Amino acid sequence: MNIALVEYGAGNLPSVERALSRLGVESRRASTPQALAGCDALILPGVGHFGALMRSLGERSLVDPLREAVSRGTPLLGICLGLQAMFATSDEAPGDEGLAMFPQKVSALPPADRLPHMGWNQLRRARPSKLLEGVPQDAYFYFAHSYAALDAGEAGVAYCDHCASFVAVLEQKNIFATQFHPEKSGPVGAQVLSNFVRQAGAKG
Amino acid sequence: MSLARRIIPCLDTDGERVVKGVNFVNLRDAGDPAALAARYNIEGADELVVLDIAASRDHRPTFLETIRRVAAELAIPLTAGGGVANVDEGRAILRAGADKLTVNTAAIRSPALLTALAAEFGSQAVVLAIDAKRVGDRWEAFVRGGSVPTGMDAVAWARQGVDCGAGEILITSMDKDGTRSGFDCPLTAAISRAVSVPVIASGGADTPETFLEVFSEGRADAALAASIFHDSIQGLGDLKRYLGQQGVPVRQTG
Repeated sequence: MNIALVEYGAGNLPSVERALSRLGVESRRASTPQALAGCDALILPGVGHFGALMRSLGERSLVDPLREAVSRGTPLLGICLGLQAMFATSDEAPGDEGLAMFPQKVSALPPADRLPHMGWNQLRRARPSKLLEGVPQDAYFYFAHSYAALDAGEAGVAYCDHCASFVAVLEQKNIFATQFHPEKSGPVGAQVLSNFVRQAGAKG
Repeated sequence: MSLARRIIPCLDTDGERVVKGVNFVNLRDAGDPAALAARYNIEGADELVVLDIAASRDHRPTFLETIRRVAAELAIPLTAGGGVANVDEGRAILRAGADKLTVNTAAIRSPALLTALAAEFGSQAVVLAIDAKRVGDRWEAFVRGGSVPTGMDAVAWARQGVDCGAGEILITSMDKDGTRSGFDCPLTAAISRAVSVPVIASGGADTPETFLEVFSEGRADAALAASIFHDSIQGLGDLKRYLGQQGVPVRQTG
């Protein structure tokens, strides 16, 4: 299987690569439209700033190829900022357009508790989830963020509560995303990545 | 459902080897950082901190290699720092595999460094480390590994640091560090009340009861310790089971 990590000059690629390699899955990096076109599955990792991510993707002419790969049915996994990038806009960068795979927006979490939301938290399941298959209901995942999508319609399959209820796991057809970092979430995180790889294999 | 309190083993290194001391002095060798990291990753650490406490900056390439070796062992977050003085040094540490970086001395000299780091890497990646010591009726921030007083009030500095962009505070009590007499709960609570970001308490870790105290009285979001874990005086699993039984939300592993 040919899994590509979208490389846009930031993000946490090495830790995702290591997590995949522990599962026995080889991945490569894709930083050009050509490299994106020829793969079985894509992962969009993300750390940092919504506007910076979208500008980096734009400078590398990766925005349309990403959208096209997804509309062809290529499985995509967004991680943290990679989840947020799938939305139309974000409070973090009001002028910048996201990938707009979902029409809703990413909001600043209200300061009702400590921010950034930093550390291990549990999920509230709303719908059956492929990514969470085999993961115990009370499992903890690692989060590090101050912005989040509060609503993703039917695509929101699991939520987390910190300052507000927000989307923690997103699934719609071949689009998958987690607000937490599966590559930093110990054995349950490895299970989530493994579930994505299995989905990717099923489609490929 | 609520955010778990974190237990964080800390590896103080001379760049290459884990070292430890009492009250910042009398350092001695305590092992290979990658081997300890692998052990804590399995035993249920929620995060790992690796600090370069070497006085000389000549060892920085060695420290970056240490970060790479440690990161390769982890499926949990890694924080690294020690002597970070500018954005380029911060980038080198994050590129080597750390998720967050700590800054201390250079931020006191120039708080704008926190703003620059937050703008570049996001506040969630910037941890302001403060070494504080009781002086009269307040706590004073010290720099250069606890050797130089700054005259600054540690609580006020924490608040200013967060305003400048720090996304987390690592507060070390110099009075308690290495003494195994319990965390400095009044100091930690004062910092915790003053800021809106998560607070990691450090210095004085001993029995499971001392961790319970720092999470309740000390209002800490995370607690850091070194020698009690390195020397297997306290097991991570047993500690978390105890805290769970006492009603503290913790991530149980295994």
